[in-house]
Order: sequence, then C-alpha cells, then structure tokens
Amino acid sequence: MAFSAEPHVPREWIIQARARLLSLFAPVLATLILVLTLPAGSADEKQIAVYGPNITYSLPVVDRENREYIGLLEVLEPLGTVTSRSDGLHWKLRYNDVDAEFVNLSPRAKIRGHDFDLGANFLLEQGRGLVPVASLNYILPRILGSAVAFNPASRRLFVGNIATHFTAQLSRTTPPRLVMTFTAPVNPTIGTEPGRLRMTFNREPLVPPGSATLTFNDPLIPSATYSELNGVSEISINGTVPLMASFSNDRRTITIAPTPQQVAAPPTPPAPAAVPPASTPSTPPAAVNPSITVIPPSRIYAVIDASHGGDDHGVTFNDKLAEKDVTLAIAHRIRQELEARNIPAQVIRDFDGNLSFDQRAILTNTAHPAIYIAVHAASSGKGVRLYTALLPAGGENNGPFIAWDTAQAGSLANSQAAAQAIGFELSKHQIQSRTLSAPLRPLNNVTAAAIAVEVAPPGTDVMDLTLPAYQQNVASAVATAIANNRDKLGAPR
Amino acid sequence: MIPRHFLIAIGVMLLSVLILGFYAGRMRGRATVPPSVAQDARPVAPPASGPSERVTLYVAYDDPGVLRAQGADIPLPSARQQRAEELLRVLLSTYLSKDSAHPLAPGSDVRSVYLVDPGLAVIDLNAAFANGHRSGVLEEELTVTSLIQTLTANIPGILRVKILVDGHERETLAGHADLSDFYDAIAVGQLAGQLQAGQ
Repeated sequence: MAFSAEPHVPREWIIQARARLLSLFAPVLATLILVLTLPAGSADEKQIAVYGPNITYSLPVVDRENREYIGLLEVLEPLGTVTSRSDGLHWKLRYNDVDAEFVNLSPRAKIRGHDFDLGANFLLEQGRGLVPVASLNYILPRILGSAVAFNPASRRLFVGNIATHFTAQLSRTTPPRLVMTFTAPVNPTIGTEPGRLRMTFNREPLVPPGSATLTFNDPLIPSATYSELNGVSEISINGTVPLMASFSNDRRTITIAPTPQQVAAPPTPPAPAAVPPASTPSTPPAAVNPSITVIPPSRIYAVIDASHGGDDHGVTFNDKLAEKDVTLAIAHRIRQELEARNIPAQVIRDFDGNLSFDQRAILTNTAHPAIYIAVHAASSGKGVRLYTALLPAGGENNGPFIAWDTAQAGSLANSQAAAQAIGFELSKHQIQSRTLSAPLRPLNNVTAAAIAVEVAPPGTDVMDLTLPAYQQNVASAVATAIANNRDKLGAPR
Repeated sequence: MIPRHFLIAIGVMLLSVLILGFYAGRMRGRATVPPSVAQDARPVAPPASGPSERVTLYVAYDDPGVLRAQGADIPLPSARQQRAEELLRVLLSTYLSKDSAHPLAPGSDVRSVYLVDPGLAVIDLNAAFANGHRSGVLEEELTVTSLIQTLTANIPGILRVKILVDGHERETLAGHADLSDFYDAIAVGQLAGQLQAGQ
C-alpha cells in the first residue's frame, strides 16, 4: 500500500492560515517600522549627559512649572542599587544604604535624615519622582556620597572625579599639523563643513580648556573653539582649507591637517586606514572625511615646556611682567637654538593657555623625546638654577607599569648628567649657575631625561629678564650643552 | 484742605526719622574696626611649657639661597605630637620676625602635626602660610625643606612627610613646590645637604 509523503491540506486552509499569521504579525511589524523610522532623539530635545565611573548615559529633561525637571530614579539607577515607592504624597527613595524622602508639590526633602531645600517643588507624576534640574548639584552629592559637578548651562553632570582633558599644539611643519592630545581615548563624531572641522563628543567627559578659543597664528589652521550644549561637547577647528582628522596613540591623539590635495607637496602621504572610522557621522555623509590613519611617533629630540600659562601667571614680577611670558620667550629661543643645531625640538606650551602638570607630562611622554626642559623664571638670585627631580616617597612599579609619581627614576642619572653639562656650558657663557634637586612637577612624571631651567636676572633689575641678549645667551648655552651631549642622552625613544 | 490728624502723623514720622538718624550716627562713631587677622603675625597657639631642650632648626636664607642648621634651646612638651607642632611653630616664628632672611606671610602658622605610624608625619599649615607665600622654585623649596628637615632631624622615626594646607591637599605651595605627593625623608635630607652646601 502506497502512502502520500505529505498529508493533503485544502488550499483554503492554507490561505486562511496565512491571513491569520499576517494579522498576528501586522501590529508587531507596524510597531517595528514605526520605531525604526522615528528619530532616535530630536536634536532639540532637552537632555542631560551623565558621566559616571565606567558609564555614560543621557536622560531627557522635562519642563514643568517653567522649570526643567528630571526623573531622580533614572539618574541614580545606572550608578547603584536604587528603589522607590510612593506613599500618598510622599515618595521614598533608597540608594544603596541611603534613604531620601520627597513630598509632592513641596520644595522640602529629607536626605540621610537631614532636611534639604530643593529650590522648587518636587513633583510626583504617576509614581515617578521629578526633581528640579538645578537641585542636582546639591542633592546628588548627599545621596551618592561622592563629588558631583553639574553644569546647568551645558546640562552635563560629572559623578566622581572623572574628566578627560585635552591640549592642542600646532606643529609648524609644512603643512601644519594640529595635534590634540586627550587624557583618555576618545571617539568623536567628525564632520566637516566649509571653513571648519567639527568633532562632537557625545560620550566623553571632556572638560573645557582654559580658554574657549585657542588661537594658533597659522594661516591654514588659525584657531579652534570649544563649546558644550545640551549634554554634548564640541571642538571646532577653523581652517582656511579643507581639513582632515587622523587618530593615533590608542585614540588619545587626534591630528588635524589639511587634506592631501590642499598641499602642494605633502611630506608623507597618510598611511592606509589601520583602524575603523571612529563612528558614523551624524553630519551629511558627503561632507565627512572618513580618513583615519595612525601617525608614526615623531622624532622630536627635545621637548621644551614654557612653565605656567593662562590663569597661572607664575611669579608676578611687576604689573607688566609675569613669569609665564618670560618662560614662553626663553622656550622659543631654546627651540630656535636647538633647531639651528639640527636638533628637532618642540615647545609644548606654545600659547597663553592652561596646561596641567599631568598634561605636560603626558604630552612629553607621548612625544618620546630624549630630553624634557621645563623653563622657569625668578626674580631672586642671579644667573640660572638647574633642577632635577626630587622623587617622592612610594611609587612602586608593577611589572611593565611604571608608577606615575616616580616615572623619572629610570632617567634620573641622565637628567643629572644633562644638568651638569648645561651648568658647565653656562659657566663658559659667563652665566652663574647652580644645580639642585627640587620637588617640581612634572619632572618626576617624565620618563625621559628631565630638567628645569630657572632663569634669574643677570643683575639686580628683574626687567633684565626680558633682555633679548641675555635670553639668547642662556638659550645658546642650553642648546650647546645638549648638542654636545647627544651621545650620552641617547636618541629619542 | 489737608486733615489736621494727617499733618500731625507726618510730623511725628519726620521727627522719628531725625531722631533715629542722629542715634545711628552716634552709634557708628562709637564702633571700632577690629584689628585685621592677617596683620597679626603672632602664633595662634599658646606658648609651650616644659623644660628647655636643645634642638636644631634648619633655617632658610634667601640670599644666597641656602639652608643653615642653627641650635636653639626651646621648651618642648613631652608628648611627641605636641613637640613636633611646637618645634615647627618656633621655626615659623623665626621667619615671621621683622629681620627674617626668608620672610613668610603674616599669620603663617602650623595648625597641627599628625604622627602616624609607621613613620608618617602630616604637617597641616594654615591658609595664610600658603596663600601668602612668595612664588618661585627656590623660595618654595627652601621653605618646604626647612620644615621637613627640622621635623625629621628632631623627631626620630619619621620616614615620609605630607604637607596639607587648611586640612586639604594642595597641588603646589605657590605654583612650584609640589605638595601633592609624600616627601621621602631621606631624599629631603640629601636636598638639605645640597642647600646647606650652597651648591
């Protein structure tokens, strides 16, 4: 007896089954299409960016009673264990082991048993507790027990001591290169438009530099501006030619340079892409330059640091003269003198802006020079004082990791030899000198030979610090000593 | 026609204003301006009591930028922590004198010295000390070395020293000398040697 391989099913049944299936999936499909086609978030939608330890997230802001409000539970949920419950007009919240209590339509709250004024009414909406955005700076430290910094103007909230700093240094090569160094890896959205290149940082806890506008006095890359708004920070680099961005150093360095076709004879064409693009640009795709290259480490032999800068004036000699200006002038002269001796050198504070000690050390260590020279100026004493690091207590190295505070330990002998050599050369230039160790950052954080040169006036008048002949004499002695001791100092690493 | 009672009320109010103005003027004249705290260079703590002891102070001299060891007989309490505090107060008082060779800001003082085993000393200085300190690598270095070397030379067992200002950590003293790290007593001893030698 023969059997059919498939049971016989009437055609009408199949049609009906398909129709039933379609009717079941139709709402699901419609929802899916709706979700996918809706914008993820309007650019105009108010939001707060929260930067916490190991986490970054954005939350919507709502307007109530002509004020901005935010759901407190949503703010705290990613940061720890949090529960809440409504009890009539009261809304109780427990974050880890901290209790807080809020009352609907009341500005008073109780956190850790202490009464607290929110500055505006607390709102309870369908079990959701809303607090005024302006109160976050006050209530979150009490609930979290850690430092909180909230900028209401830019709607950016930093939980704990978390921040990514950056520096911008224009390398006056042909073509010029703007090297931006970040203290942590970054992944900005990059977009270009006529006259500028924009880097938008949606997830990085980037903090502003000392000045919102950085000027470089370069015809191709004249300036850059930093701005932050609605939970997003942006660096905009102004250029008179189309610019491109390249990533290197594990995304801690972004180099901005004119696109190759803008340069008559580019010294080295960019290498092919070694890493995928940072992210999908949100600006028009046609305008985006996706070029991502790894920049080979530079062969800078000497890094010169004009100490102080920006708000940090250093010694105020008089109404017209500050240490930061003298250090910059002498740093430029040392660079010129070194370059005249075919020694590639770079000034890491080439503008009147703030640079932290850590930033100076990071910039130096990532440049891998043979020697770091910090320039200081003083009104007391005469001649030049040369300092090497006085290493602090502690700082144990673990395997391949070098302790930050004592990173100089391995190069201290080289630093002392360089200081002695410069002292010897200064005496040949008829300049009095003295060599000491000093607790002077960032000398102890630099992995290369590192010295500080503190220039005092040749006589009793502090204004003599500005004498071009004196500055040149000091710079010449420093450069000659380094040139004569290149063998001992070794090559850039 | 202005009602009579209204005129009387206005008159009474004007009289009250005149009387109160006169009274306020007299009160203001009697008020005296309290002396500025910043101008008071005396140490805040009461003088220590106890038998005099011979100690060595490492005193800074701006010109020619050296540290000099100087013997002094001072009364010191028996408790180790109070001895440390008194020692540094005596040192600071030398810098606060009119003819000091390394002047410090008026009102500079030691708030506390904490001795934590094993071998850690925390010197807590007041804000006047740091905020009024002259800026400069050598000036700041001389002050820091003077404090630490005086402490470690006279209070045995100190291996590391941390300097706080008003109970808080500070990045530098006045833009140069690092206050963010712990000082190694041996390294500071070597630096004191360099500064004594006038190298």
